[in-house]
Amino acid sequence: MSTATAQLGERRSERLRIWGQPIAVVLIVAAVLIWAFASELDDIEKRNLNAAVILSLTWEHIVLSIAVAAIVVFVAVPLGVLLTRRWARFAAPFFLAIANIGQAAPSIGVLVLFFLALGGVVNFWVAVGPIAFYALLPVLRNTILGVRSVDSSYVEAGTGIGMSRSKVLFTIELPLAVPYILAGLRTSLVLAVGTATLATFVGDGGLGELIVTGYKLARYPVLVVGAALAMALALLVDWLGGLAERWIGPKGLR
Amino acid sequence: MTNTENAPSGAEIRLEEVTKRYSGTASPAVASVTMTIPPGKTVIFVGPSGCGKTTTMKMINRLIEPTSGRISIDDRDVLDIDPDKLRRTIGYAIQQAGLFPHMTVAQNIGMVPSLLRWNKKKLAERVEEMLDLVGLDSAVFHDRYPRQLSGGQQQRVGVARALAADPPVLLMDEPFGAVDPITRGNLQDELMRLQSELHKTIVFVTHDFDEAVKLGDRIAVLGEQSKILQYDTPEAILQNPADDTVAGFVGAGASLKQLTLLRVRDVELKQEAITARPDETVEAVRRQLEERNRPFALVLDERDRPARWVHKRQLAQASSLRTAGKPIGDFVSTQSTLQDALEACLAEGGAAVVTKERGRYAGTIDIDTVMATVQRLRDEAGVSE
Repeated sequence: MSTATAQLGERRSERLRIWGQPIAVVLIVAAVLIWAFASELDDIEKRNLNAAVILSLTWEHIVLSIAVAAIVVFVAVPLGVLLTRRWARFAAPFFLAIANIGQAAPSIGVLVLFFLALGGVVNFWVAVGPIAFYALLPVLRNTILGVRSVDSSYVEAGTGIGMSRSKVLFTIELPLAVPYILAGLRTSLVLAVGTATLATFVGDGGLGELIVTGYKLARYPVLVVGAALAMALALLVDWLGGLAERWIGPKGLR
Repeated sequence: MTNTENAPSGAEIRLEEVTKRYSGTASPAVASVTMTIPPGKTVIFVGPSGCGKTTTMKMINRLIEPTSGRISIDDRDVLDIDPDKLRRTIGYAIQQAGLFPHMTVAQNIGMVPSLLRWNKKKLAERVEEMLDLVGLDSAVFHDRYPRQLSGGQQQRVGVARALAADPPVLLMDEPFGAVDPITRGNLQDELMRLQSELHKTIVFVTHDFDEAVKLGDRIAVLGEQSKILQYDTPEAILQNPADDTVAGFVGAGASLKQLTLLRVRDVELKQEAITARPDETVEAVRRQLEERNRPFALVLDERDRPARWVHKRQLAQASSLRTAGKPIGDFVSTQSTLQDALEACLAEGGAAVVTKERGRYAGTIDIDTVMATVQRLRDEAGVSE
C-alpha cells in the first residue's frame, strides 16, 4: 500500500517535471527579458542587451556545450567500455582518478592554465578541451558502472548461445547500460553548460560574456540577463536529458 | 549441421579423461571424467551443489575450457571448432531462462538463427513454429518482453530459444530450478513430450533427484570433483545404488520413487469385482452378491464408465442403481504411475478402479498388487547383484 502510494507520488512528481520544468524555464527567461528591456537602458546596456547580441552569445554557448558533449561521449563512453573489458579492468582506477582530479580541480584554474600552456592562443577548442575534461567523470564513471551492473547471467546466456564477444557487448551489455550512460551524460551536460560561462575568460564568448561585462561595468540588467539565460539553458539541458532517459532507454525494462 | 525436416536424432557426446583445474587450487574441480552420452537420449547430471556437474556440462560447449582430456561430439573434437560456431550448434538453457530483458520474446527466440544468418522469412516462420512448439500463443506473446511473462512462460521461451536453430545437442543447467513445484512439474512433462518428438541429445544438470528420475533416460550421479559414482538407468539406480553415497542421495523413498517409473498398464489388473448396469434391477444385483459372497458391486454407466460403488446393505433400501451407493472418489487410468495407483488405493480403502481409453472400466488394482510389484522388483535387483 505504502509503496504504491510512493510510486504514485514519484510518477506525479515526474509528470510535473516533464511539463513544469520547460514552462518554468520559459517563464523565467520571459520575465527577465521583459524586465530588462522595460527598464531604462543606457548606451552600454543597449550595446550588450539587444536581440542580435543575446542570440549570438546564446548560440555560442550552445555550440560550446554541444562540442563538449560530443567530446565527452566520444571519449568517455568508449574509454569506459574499454575499462570494463577483462584485460583492461586493472586500469579503471587509474583513469577514474585522473577524471576525479579533473573534476575536483577548480575549473577556471584548469581553463586558464590550459590557455597559458598553449601560449595564449584564442581558439574555440582552447575552452572546449578543459571543459570537456571537467565534465568527463560522470559519463566515464556511469559507463563503467552501467556495463558492470549488467547481470552476468545475460552475458553468459549470450556467450552460451554463440554470440561473439563484440556481439555480446553491442547487443546486450551496451543497450542495458544505456540508462546509466544517459544519466551520466545528463549530469555532464549540466556541468558543461554551467562551466561554459567561464569560456569568456579565454576569449571564447558565450553567455559568460554578459555576466563578466555586467559585473565589470556594474550594469546589473546585463549581468542578470546573462546569468538567467545560462541557468535557463542548464535547466533545459537537464530536461532534455530527462526526456532522453525516458524514451531512449531499453524497452522492456520500463 | 542439418536443419532438414526430419532432423536426425541427436549427436553422441564423448568425454575422455576430462579434467578441469583452476590455477591456485590444490585439487581439480573436475577430475578425469570419462563417459559416453548416447545420441538422442536425455542424460541427467545429478549431484550435490559444488560437485562440478555444471562445470562438466559447460566444458561441452566450451564456456569452460578443459585443462586436459578430450570432448567430442559425433567424433569431432570440440577444441577443433571455433567456440562461437560450436555454441550455435548446441542449445543452451539456463536457470531463470537468461532471457535478454530488452528484447521481445520473438527476438530472444530468433537470436541463434539470426546469428546463423537465416533469412528474415525463414527466421520469422521458425519463431512462430517454436512458440507453437512450447505452447505459447504467438498473438499474445510474440512482442512481449520477458518481464511481462510468468516464470514458467519465461522458461518455455528459454527452451524455445535453445531449440530454435534445431541443434542436435541441448545443454540445460537447472532450467526449472527457479519455478514453483506445480509449474516445474508441467514444464517437465512438456520437456518429455518435446523430447519424444525431437530426440535430441540432452544433458540436463540438476540437484533434484526426483527430477532426474522423471526426466532421465540415464542418470549420472556425480560426487566430489564430478567423479561418476553411478551412471545407469533410473530403474537400475533406484533398485541397486552403487554405494552408500548414491543410496543416500537416492534418499529414503527409493521404493516409492520406483513406483513412479511403472505404469498401471504394466501390472495385472483384478477382474473380480461384480459389475452392474444402471438398468439392471436391484434384486438381481443383490442375488449376485449373495451368491458370490461379496460386499460390494460396481455400477457402470451406459458407456461402460465406472460410476458408483454400492454395498449390499445399501441395496436393501435402494430402489434404483442410478442413485444407490456412493460415487467413486478417486480412480486411475492405465497411463497412471503406480504411485498414483497406490495413492488411490489408500484413499479408496484398499482397491482403486482403473479405467482405460475413453474412461471405460478396465479392472481394479489393489494394494496387494502394488506390494507384490515392489517385492518383485526387489527380488530382481537381488538376483542381479
